[in-house]
Amino acid sequence: MMGFIWFWLVAVMIVGYVVLDGFDLGVGILHLFLARTEQEKRTTLSSIGPVWDGNEVWLLAAGGTLYFAFPLLYASAFSGFYLPLMIVLWLLILRGISLELRNHVEVGVWRKLLDALFGLASSLLAIFFGAALANVMRGVPLNADGYFFLPLWTTWTPGTHPGVLDWYTVIGGVVALLALSLHGALWLTIKASGELEARARKLVPLLWVAVVLITGISLLATIVVRPASVNNYFNYPVTFAIPAGVTLSLAALWFFNRKGAPVKAFLASCLYLFFMLAGACWSVYPTLLPATTGAQYDITLARALSGDYPLHVGLVWFGIGMALAIGYQVFVYSRFLGKAEVDSH
Amino acid sequence: MTSELIHRLHFAFTITFHYLFPQLTMGLALLIVILKTMALRTGQEHWDRAARFWGRIFAINFVFGVVTGIPMEFEFGTNWARFAQLSGGVIGQPLAMEGVFSFFMESAFLGVFLYGAKKVSPRVHWLSAVGVFVGYWISGFFIIVTDAWMQHPVAFVRLPNGGFEVNSFWALLLNPWALLQYMHNMTGAVVTASFVMGAVGAFYLLDKRNEEYGRTFVKLGVIAGVISSILIVFPTGDLHGKYVAKNQPAAIAAMEGLFKTEQGASLVLIGQPNEETGQIDNPIAVNDLLSFLIYGTTKAEVVGLDQVKPEDRPENLPLLYYAYHIMAGLGTWFMVLMLGSAFLLWRGKLYTNQWALWALLLSFPLPYIANTAGWMTAELGRQPWLIYGLMRTSQGFSKMVSASNGLFTLLGFMGLYALLGLLFTVLVYREISIGPEPLDEKAH
Repeated sequence: MMGFIWFWLVAVMIVGYVVLDGFDLGVGILHLFLARTEQEKRTTLSSIGPVWDGNEVWLLAAGGTLYFAFPLLYASAFSGFYLPLMIVLWLLILRGISLELRNHVEVGVWRKLLDALFGLASSLLAIFFGAALANVMRGVPLNADGYFFLPLWTTWTPGTHPGVLDWYTVIGGVVALLALSLHGALWLTIKASGELEARARKLVPLLWVAVVLITGISLLATIVVRPASVNNYFNYPVTFAIPAGVTLSLAALWFFNRKGAPVKAFLASCLYLFFMLAGACWSVYPTLLPATTGAQYDITLARALSGDYPLHVGLVWFGIGMALAIGYQVFVYSRFLGKAEVDSH
Repeated sequence: MTSELIHRLHFAFTITFHYLFPQLTMGLALLIVILKTMALRTGQEHWDRAARFWGRIFAINFVFGVVTGIPMEFEFGTNWARFAQLSGGVIGQPLAMEGVFSFFMESAFLGVFLYGAKKVSPRVHWLSAVGVFVGYWISGFFIIVTDAWMQHPVAFVRLPNGGFEVNSFWALLLNPWALLQYMHNMTGAVVTASFVMGAVGAFYLLDKRNEEYGRTFVKLGVIAGVISSILIVFPTGDLHGKYVAKNQPAAIAAMEGLFKTEQGASLVLIGQPNEETGQIDNPIAVNDLLSFLIYGTTKAEVVGLDQVKPEDRPENLPLLYYAYHIMAGLGTWFMVLMLGSAFLLWRGKLYTNQWALWALLLSFPLPYIANTAGWMTAELGRQPWLIYGLMRTSQGFSKMVSASNGLFTLLGFMGLYALLGLLFTVLVYREISIGPEPLDEKAH
């Protein structure tokens, strides 16, 4: 029971991270293409300025919660994905610094460089996060102790000894890149005004079509690479509600964007991300990290779960802490409702 | 051994660089609350603008602290996987609590503090400064709880697989070691912030610009500085040192360079430990003082390294000894400088005394060195244990990550952090050059 609860609590933390930091990663990706004038660039950036690091906190809190609830999974996955994680760290550093630095320098050339760095780091982060999730879905070559070490790539084919990148995980990366770009574009339709808003609105249908296509492709690819991923759905048919949710949220996104209701379209995009991640989690449950080396090496919920006492106590403080955290964030977002303002900061 | 050394360096390097930023922001958060409180009470624009200026310095430090802090949480898993797996049942708790209770709080309130001055009432803006301060100090607490458990493990049971599991939530959080270390460490952060504020004020006064702000910064810096420089020694340092002596005699012996157990042990002020001969070369020492400082009587016996099994002695004795002596020596200077400055301030002569202003300006790097040396003392003193007395450092690093991969990413971090250090310096220099908004001009 504790395992079930904490599995979904960690999942919720990850969803929170993707939905929130997702739009500012998306804005980062689009920043390069959509914003043309200096004024527009500033608007784009100030639309995420007050909130981006609060969003990134979800990643840290998700990591901490994972460590707390499933120490073996945390230890195994973080050391096994050593190289890609270090790259992610460097990208997070470069992204944060380039965003912060940008408004502190006056020289145009440096601004261009920092803009490019910000856009590039945001894009690569989206790709890496997508690929990371695909790695978990595909499985890794776990040994008897529950550890592994993945090279960045081997033969580009999923198999017993894959790399971090293969054709399947690259699809995962593209899903994240497109879905977060769409998510960011919708955020801009809310926060930007004038030409920038119009450009973002025009981009939405294009990205929408791309997201629909890649969603379908990724679904088929997952069934090919890991046929067992559909088992949970057939064993509990009611959970077909999840793929239905994916479809409905995509439809709603299209509908609300057409109707000119940007907030509702953005919320539909949040739901899309939620259902996609929930679907992925459910397809592996109760395994946390499947082994390509044989199911007996899988890191399962029962094997990785922390002790009963810490998990029980954890429920209390986690409930209090997250209620407060959500309260703070609602407060911040409510202070910065409406169109982004560019001030002299 | 190579792998172990590289993983240790990896963590040591990234955490040392990281802690340059939070030690300022934790202390500065308190000073900003004071400035904002003055603004709210007096209604004078001066205090608000002073707070806004320090808010800008704070924001830069915050971003650098955040981006260099993310790797720290990851490195428990990436570089110290076996430690993470076995200890997750205990320290997963404070680490997760830090994320949930403090990071959300500080980032949310900082967003309002930096971007929301015009969107919220003065009272709410003051509250946001308090929120940042509280969030930061909670964050420090959970990190200290984590470290304190490694220094002085309490409230746990051993699992059949060798792992650890907490058995009392409150005993873990109220670990006496944690409370003592927390007081000492947070006071150290206030020392850093006071010295930095005092130095910026002294710079403005010496350079004859923004002088009204210069006087405010020097005054607040010196008042906070004199209080924190005394508190860092007594009672926080004194209590913490006695607790270390009681629980980690090997660490104290190595810190003090006490090779042989002595009754009436002398305190070495200066001298070089010689591991080959087992004595201090060229010592200047005060007889019986060490026994007195630890036990309150001059003839008490203090355990030396000769009573510790060779394999349980801290293996990097000279580094530990020097780190500790540098911290203690600088701490003495802090008290001298701040008491002298406070005296001049009281007599109304500080703002024009060139010698004192130069000393305040040039002393700003020293608390950074002292804080770093203090942490090195704590962590080197814990060696060769990862969890004191229970798990050796050699048992904790990630086996699956080879030495060459570790070296690659260590070098990557070194290069990246060199660049960050450069950018940071440029940014802060620029903010100090711009300075606070002058008073005779209307805010735009």
